[in-house]
Amino acid sequence: MSFSPKHILGIKNLTEEKITFILDTAASFKEINTRQIKKVPTLRGKTIINLFYEASTRTRTSFEIAGKRLSADTVNISASGSSVVKGETLEDTAKNIQAMHPDIIVMRHNASGACQYLADRLDCSVINAGDGMHEHPSQALLDAFTIREHKGSIAGLTVAIVGDITHSRVVRSNIYCLTKLGAKVRLAGPGTMMPQGIKRLGCEVFNNLEDAIRDADVVMMLRIQRERQGAPLIPSVREYARFFGLNGSKMDLAKKDAIVMHPGPVNRGVELGTAIADGPQNVILNQVENGVAVRMALLYLVAGGEKLNNE
Amino acid sequence: MKILIKSGRVVDPANKIDEKLDILVVNGKISKLAANIDPGDAEIINAAGLIVTPGLVDMHTHLRDPGYEYKEDIISGTRAAAAGGVTSVACMPNTSPVNDNLAITKYIINKAQEQGSANVFPIGSITKGMNGELLSEMGELKEGGCVGFSDDGLPVINGEMMRRGLEYANTFGVPIFTHAEDISLVAGGSMNEGSISTELGLKGIPWVAEDAVTARDIMLAELTGAHLHVCHVSTKGSVELVRHAKARGVRVTCEATPHHFMLTDEAVRGYDANFKMNPPLRAQEDVDAVRAGLTDGTIDAIATDHAPHHIDEKNVEFAIALNGVVGLETLLPLTLKLVTEKVLNLSKAIALLTCQPAEILGIDRGTLATGAVADITLINPNKEWTVEADKLHSKSKNTAFAGQTVRGYAVRTILAGKTVFER
Repeated sequence: MSFSPKHILGIKNLTEEKITFILDTAASFKEINTRQIKKVPTLRGKTIINLFYEASTRTRTSFEIAGKRLSADTVNISASGSSVVKGETLEDTAKNIQAMHPDIIVMRHNASGACQYLADRLDCSVINAGDGMHEHPSQALLDAFTIREHKGSIAGLTVAIVGDITHSRVVRSNIYCLTKLGAKVRLAGPGTMMPQGIKRLGCEVFNNLEDAIRDADVVMMLRIQRERQGAPLIPSVREYARFFGLNGSKMDLAKKDAIVMHPGPVNRGVELGTAIADGPQNVILNQVENGVAVRMALLYLVAGGEKLNNE
Repeated sequence: MKILIKSGRVVDPANKIDEKLDILVVNGKISKLAANIDPGDAEIINAAGLIVTPGLVDMHTHLRDPGYEYKEDIISGTRAAAAGGVTSVACMPNTSPVNDNLAITKYIINKAQEQGSANVFPIGSITKGMNGELLSEMGELKEGGCVGFSDDGLPVINGEMMRRGLEYANTFGVPIFTHAEDISLVAGGSMNEGSISTELGLKGIPWVAEDAVTARDIMLAELTGAHLHVCHVSTKGSVELVRHAKARGVRVTCEATPHHFMLTDEAVRGYDANFKMNPPLRAQEDVDAVRAGLTDGTIDAIATDHAPHHIDEKNVEFAIALNGVVGLETLLPLTLKLVTEKVLNLSKAIALLTCQPAEILGIDRGTLATGAVADITLINPNKEWTVEADKLHSKSKNTAFAGQTVRGYAVRTILAGKTVFER
């Protein structure tokens, strides 16, 4: 098949076939990242703007490197250093950027739906690098890519995701992505972090970590934001770590060859004990590595995919 | 000055009339209803094929004047009312300054009389500045023309303050309009809480935020014997609470808005802030319950909660957009849709738009009785038209029904015998 979407706003509206196509495309790019000269001319002459309204190291760097390895010109704009502080609206900021004719805007924003908002109003392509509590498609794709690399295939696997489900865009994108690829998804977290109606997205919900990870093939731990401590959501990080942290011998409940994932950055000793974070089952750095390949694939496909070769 | 409205189907639920009649208006008052009235020297308005009703009463609007004239003012808001067949509106006090004093009340009434196209009945604030701390001077405000009291949009959080508000308003024989919402449960939410808010990643507002305060206020009405009017009921639970309270004999009335009986939270997909309002669009079971409440009489009035906002306040990320939609110009067709869908019969639908809200407000409108002020609406019930935001008479274009094809509109709106709108 051939697939060159105008935008990548979420996983929800992608088919299994399209997701697989993206992952296959990423696989073909991965090798570039280990070459002596890590650059191909694919996106030469294209301009990519990374518009980040929220702090991000990993995702922004990953998109930037992905763009640069494809020879695109990449520019980073972060909210703190821009006209946002002067009270400019999102639409005005975006239109000003558009006036400089970028080909792709990669945006992270704290408002759910912000990337859709941008795509509805601009001519250039928009890639969602995380919008509020809605979706984070490139993260879900790199997670699927990593699982596929380690497990061969995703169909039939059991994936447990543990943490603050309510506030996680990673979870939503992962539920869509993994269930479309045939995995069973289990969720666990304190009741204060489990949103209404989440089961309707096609997953099982547990109120303890142990049941969720029992016999799982993949255990994905979410970052717990320390700011949530003391707010009505959790009484303390200490108690959270005891009941919902992956530590001690809890991993023994999962399958022997299970892998441990985390979208980063890790709070050591909170959601992930150091022994497990550094243990043989963790694939966290593979996720980061694969993130570049997946984002190269997204930039390539959004920029035109196969059509680029004929230009 | 005589006019004769000829051969229309007169629907006047206040007087249990639904038949083809002529209406003679003399000097701005209803003079006579009968078949085949001799016109004499009266100006004749042919109403054959039209429905003729008392001028519609919208008991819940925000006219934004004084203070937010960039969204709406009394002139534009009443023009929108007239275009929607509405001759009387009650307006909420969340202006700037707040309508908590006689000067603002008088300003609103005078401006409406001098420059408006509809009657405007102000609702004063329960507490000064709507800040929940001190009672407004309700006695003087009622004398000045306020028909009720509400801190609409800013619920009275303190239970004792709400109790005293009810007791004090009752002293002067006027109702308290409650905007039932527990802010602590809203907790920053921007749409109905449920599977759709979870999917969209928008913080949800649970039904219990509305139901809990509806329950509290109903009990306070029961305790005090005062008249409580529950604004814009949107949940299954609220409808149920009002139904039970009425059965117990509590003095409670309530209203529902067209958007709450026409739309569900499915509409929020796409993040269009024209579907953001408070209370939020709810689930299908809530819409069904509101409709059932209209059918069985639990709900006493259909009101718009007409809430104009400037495009700059809506054309932003969903979470930070302001709440509310305009409604005056779509009230009538959306209510008539309930007749088509057999939720209501025509007479009941018109009652919800005329005599029933008039009775709650304690105003002598919503009737075609002999001697009443001749506020009259002529309706073409069959005309199909498409709602176009740009063509609304309101200054603000934040409708939730843009692009929808609806049926029926006012072809002539008469205020005290004078035509204020015609198409």
